[in-house]
Amino acid sequence: MGFKALGLTVEYAYDAEKAGFAIHRLAREGTAVIFVTEALAEQIPETLERYKSSMLPAIIPIPGNEGSRGFAMANLSQNVEKAVGVNIFVNEEGE
Amino acid sequence: MAVMRVNPTRIELSSLKKRLKTATQGHKLLKDKRDEMMRRFVEVVRQNRQLRIEVEAELESALADFVMARASMDTAALETAILMPTRQIGIEVHRRNVMSVNVPELEMVEEHHDDTSSYPYGLLGTSGDLDEAIAALDRVLAKLVQLAEVEKTANMLADEIEKTRRRVNALEYVMIPDLQDTIRYITMKLDENERSSLTRLMKVKSMLAERDGV
Repeated sequence: MGFKALGLTVEYAYDAEKAGFAIHRLAREGTAVIFVTEALAEQIPETLERYKSSMLPAIIPIPGNEGSRGFAMANLSQNVEKAVGVNIFVNEEGE
Repeated sequence: MAVMRVNPTRIELSSLKKRLKTATQGHKLLKDKRDEMMRRFVEVVRQNRQLRIEVEAELESALADFVMARASMDTAALETAILMPTRQIGIEVHRRNVMSVNVPELEMVEEHHDDTSSYPYGLLGTSGDLDEAIAALDRVLAKLVQLAEVEKTANMLADEIEKTRRRVNALEYVMIPDLQDTIRYITMKLDENERSSLTRLMKVKSMLAERDGV
């Protein structure tokens, strides 16, 4: 990905297992932020769940080449539901 | 009505009363904490939504540029072009305390920058699409880091709110009513004991009076 040109470290992982390993390794090394493409993030829910409540690393799903799939948005409303009990943004999502 | 298994004694009663007081205070505090966290959370989550929408749109167009660049260039040439970045970006992390939840505060720092150009390759031999793609990614990057911070904060707050809400509910619907019921039970029992001993004394007294009188 083009992020390499910007000075980010890029790790390649094409399947869930490799992605899980890579994230665990990066987390152990003290990486603060990990961006994961949504396509991969969908395959590794357990890994994401594990780091969700710890301060670091922040694992952030981003849309990959094929565009946004709404995975991160679903995550967001899941968060809202967890905290509030109901999704208070339902009406705004209909836009 | 759920009465705890306790001996109906005065000591037990006073200790239960103390516990009830603590529980009520704790309940009030936790409830305030929950309300305040909820307020913050709603703010953060709104920001999160906004940022995410922006970032996703920008990133998508940047990546589309990148795909164009990849299509118009030889893969090997593209990879060599971006193989050696001119700069290295790091993240500085600070802790911030939001309602006793430690959330990270992220700051992007450029660790070093080799030369004036932000493109790690010569303009010859690469397509213009690549330049555009990288410029676009560069613009998104700062927002991306901000998004990371906000999203992590939202995640952690949601977790903490859930925990706090459980505690509040446990106190409100289990602990406090149980304690109140038990206190009532002990009070009743003690009163009952007192009444029964009183009547016993009266009875004994009247029996004694009867015997002595005869």
